[in-house]
Amino acid sequence: MKQNDRIILDSTQFDLTIKRLAYQLIENHNDFSNTIIIGLQPRGTFLADRVVAELKAIDSAYNVQSGALDVTFHRDDYRRQGTPLVPSKTEMNFDIEEKNVILVDDVLFTGRTIRAGLDAMLTFGRPSTVELLVLINRRYERHLPIQADYIGKNIHSIVSERAKVSWVDTDGEDQVILYTPENE
Amino acid sequence: MSKLSVNHLLGIRYLTPEDINLIFETADHFKQVINRPIKKVPSLRDITIANLFFENSTRTKLSFEIAEKRLSADILNFSSSNSSVTKGETLIDTVNNILSMKVDMVVMRHPNPGAADFLSKHVDAKIINAGDGAHEHPTQALLDAFSMREKHGDLNGKNVVIVGDILHSRVAISNIFCLKKLGANVKVCGPLTLMPKYISSLGVEVVTDLKEALNWCDVAMMLRIQLERQDAKNFPSLREYSMLYGLDKELLDSLDKEVTIMHPGPINRGVEITSDVADSKQSIILEQVQNGVAIRMAVLYLLAGKID
Repeated sequence: MKQNDRIILDSTQFDLTIKRLAYQLIENHNDFSNTIIIGLQPRGTFLADRVVAELKAIDSAYNVQSGALDVTFHRDDYRRQGTPLVPSKTEMNFDIEEKNVILVDDVLFTGRTIRAGLDAMLTFGRPSTVELLVLINRRYERHLPIQADYIGKNIHSIVSERAKVSWVDTDGEDQVILYTPENE
Repeated sequence: MSKLSVNHLLGIRYLTPEDINLIFETADHFKQVINRPIKKVPSLRDITIANLFFENSTRTKLSFEIAEKRLSADILNFSSSNSSVTKGETLIDTVNNILSMKVDMVVMRHPNPGAADFLSKHVDAKIINAGDGAHEHPTQALLDAFSMREKHGDLNGKNVVIVGDILHSRVAISNIFCLKKLGANVKVCGPLTLMPKYISSLGVEVVTDLKEALNWCDVAMMLRIQLERQDAKNFPSLREYSMLYGLDKELLDSLDKEVTIMHPGPINRGVEITSDVADSKQSIILEQVQNGVAIRMAVLYLLAGKID
């Protein structure tokens, strides 16, 4: 942590937030028999896995189908970045036709990743409904008319700041911080 | 690493092992894409690609064309037989005329070795060599190695034998470069008249006994006898070639182990390989064709990333 870094969620708040998101999903999706949770690669899959684990902890009878979706080939900034984008694995071993899909990502910022995610998802079929769940919603920064249905926390930040979500499994701690990259 | 070290795909000899692995990893993702209900991604929708075929081709041309379409690129198709090349236009003039229509990439097959190399020095577009004479056929070698990797895992230490007309085969040369770079052991097998003089300098061993070669290898790649390129008599008759170097079910069943059979196509059924072998479960010939599309998508995608 650097001097100007701000903790947005510490591990206790983080845990509560995930629990709340899980209960919100239960309110709208009953027993999840017609629901599919899709984490957007690379970082949305951590949140999707955590939410699915939380749902199963609440009621082991929930049979939640979940997958991971890579959006690289659908992005609009390919060739506008210095180095080509590296794809991650897509795991969609189910049919999304007529299902209720919940797309999951860690941070909603410009909305461009979600736009790519929608396009990538639609190549697998035509779901009945699509919702969006995010842990962090950076308000006032949208480039596209995209809003989340389930939000862990709304934050107000300036464009040069970055939100970083850390996960206990990969980074050692559940935490969200807002920081300013040094080279920008 | 997420970038190729080269700006054009002219031959396997110019690639590093890291380049080859990057192409394979990208192709893994594209193979997934082409097995989805909607087999298309928008990655290259602002790119125009010219397919210039100065020599006949079915598989490679169709494979490139479908790979380009799956990436949403715009395509110009050109074949020399019905073009102004027959009126005496030079290669550079032909290509520059096509490029002035704002083409970003060129896929070219040409009968002259080095044609792609030459073009890359004179025109401002990304060049992909789709076969130049007896020089190289890089995407074929990549898809062959990719298919072997899919079947056998890491190629390091695996034994591969390439059987047949090595002398006229750009596929063999590119495959030797590619497999050596990935750490595989390569032998070539066939009549000595069909071996290039420089073959030992490529670090491969020549064997003349097919059964011995097959008992040694994990993968056997059978090459087509290129009847159109046999200007001198390199072997007495097709029948004799087929008896000594043709692979039939009887020979395959007499081996101590299960060898994977590959063929770059087009097959002369009954000459280098019999129908029952080509259609057997040990043959991955049709997988090679599917992998060809994924590999070509990966190459186009990675090279397009280098367009300014």
